[in-house]
Amino acid sequence: MAKIHSETRRRLLAGAGALTAFGALGGAKALAAELGSGSALGYAELPDGTLAEQVLYALPGKVPLIKKTYRPPNFETPIEYFRTPITRNDAFFVRYHLAGIPEVKAKDWVLTVGGDSAERQLKLTLDQLKKEFKPAEITAVNQCSGNRRGLFEPHVPGVEWGVGAMGNAVWRGVRLKDVLAKAGVKGDAIEVVMDGADSAPLDKTPDFVKSLPVDVAMRDETLIAFEMNGKPLPHWNGFPARMIVPGWTGTYWIKHLTSVRLVSQPEKNFWMSTAYRLPRGRFKTPTFQSQLYAPNEPITTMVVNSMITSLKNGQQLPRGKPIEVKGIAFDGGSGIDKVEISSDGASWQVARLGKDLGRYSFREFSHTLPARDGGALVVMARATARSGETQVEQLIHNPAGYHHNVIQRLYLEVV
Amino acid sequence: MKTHFAVAAGLLLAAGAALAQESKVQLKDGPGRDKANACLACHSLDYIQMNSRFLDKAGWTASVNKMINAFAAPIPKEDVETIASYLAQNYGKPPQ
Repeated sequence: MAKIHSETRRRLLAGAGALTAFGALGGAKALAAELGSGSALGYAELPDGTLAEQVLYALPGKVPLIKKTYRPPNFETPIEYFRTPITRNDAFFVRYHLAGIPEVKAKDWVLTVGGDSAERQLKLTLDQLKKEFKPAEITAVNQCSGNRRGLFEPHVPGVEWGVGAMGNAVWRGVRLKDVLAKAGVKGDAIEVVMDGADSAPLDKTPDFVKSLPVDVAMRDETLIAFEMNGKPLPHWNGFPARMIVPGWTGTYWIKHLTSVRLVSQPEKNFWMSTAYRLPRGRFKTPTFQSQLYAPNEPITTMVVNSMITSLKNGQQLPRGKPIEVKGIAFDGGSGIDKVEISSDGASWQVARLGKDLGRYSFREFSHTLPARDGGALVVMARATARSGETQVEQLIHNPAGYHHNVIQRLYLEVV
Repeated sequence: MKTHFAVAAGLLLAAGAALAQESKVQLKDGPGRDKANACLACHSLDYIQMNSRFLDKAGWTASVNKMINAFAAPIPKEDVETIASYLAQNYGKPPQ
């Protein structure tokens, strides 16, 4: 602990030096100019090319989001929208792998259910899905596997996300297990393969198809959703129906869902066998047993994480006023046990948690630091899940840039 | 899923909205730029700017080869060297 303390002191001093430099350059103004900057939020910085290229841009039906790429569209949510536990539909992030994105009409939409491990094949319209199955609802975080990839040091190629490739919503639809039961689940089913209406411009590019272990597909929480926060899904978030896989990273949440297939063999297309994989055993997340035919393994559930949303790095705060530290925390589905706040890098105090919206939801936290007369401080938040997992001090590097849950460090100055 | 719905019409609609903005994203002038524009077959050019400047020539070569081998990008093998050199020169890791 002494070592951490001295490291923090060093960084505090460095931070104070940087603050002085910021002051000379116009302080907060210089930071505000950096749209979606990692360092402005207390993390490592995005690649300079990312910072130079990204702009705020409104897709049809969306508020201006941070544009990463136009085609296929990849847009992240600015931090301001994470000051509430539920993320607005029109501010929810957008992520596509392939540029062929049809405007699916609800009346034309058909879901095909089948596969070699199904007793029979079904075709369901949206009306049938809504009328023939019991409704189900869950509040859950949808986070891209690569959220915060842009904050990796050293940088890794890919979509250079800052902190906003995530959101939390109330999803309403039907249980996947009820739909699968109607088709009849054979005893040899090991995975459920999901496909959506989006496709690649070139025929030979692998279509974006993903699979889940059958036991995850059969959970009560795994839904085919057609509503988000009480409204139909926005086009850019998978209209008219998408997969909801609470706890698991966004890659499994197939949008514009068109087919689900029960299969007896592992799905081995590019997006399962090569992409979205981690060095085996590097993280303590659950193992995807039927996909262990390579030296690496598929990403599964999200790691515990938190983010302070009420403060920015380099911010100057008025002396004599208490400092409000507020933010959100979440994990892969055990729920948040506690969030601790430090203002000296050595001691931690337990923050108040907000209303419990369920173990898959964002959980708000807040903490008031006593008023100060002046000086520099570093504010950090550290979330611990009910599973016992806690956020890391140092990045656990991996080639594709997944699972960034490094503790945020906000250098502040009281003046 | 490539055949359902009026995919072609939908594509025009969806892509049309973004294309107006996308056309503002251009690659830097330099030898090999024309060949690098082959990337446009599948994605906007901001992917390249976004991934700068931290890859060296080996890194850019690996990226171009991934596009060919994993995603079937229509790039002739003999153009890989030209494109990777162009990307390393204009979007690569600055010399230390």
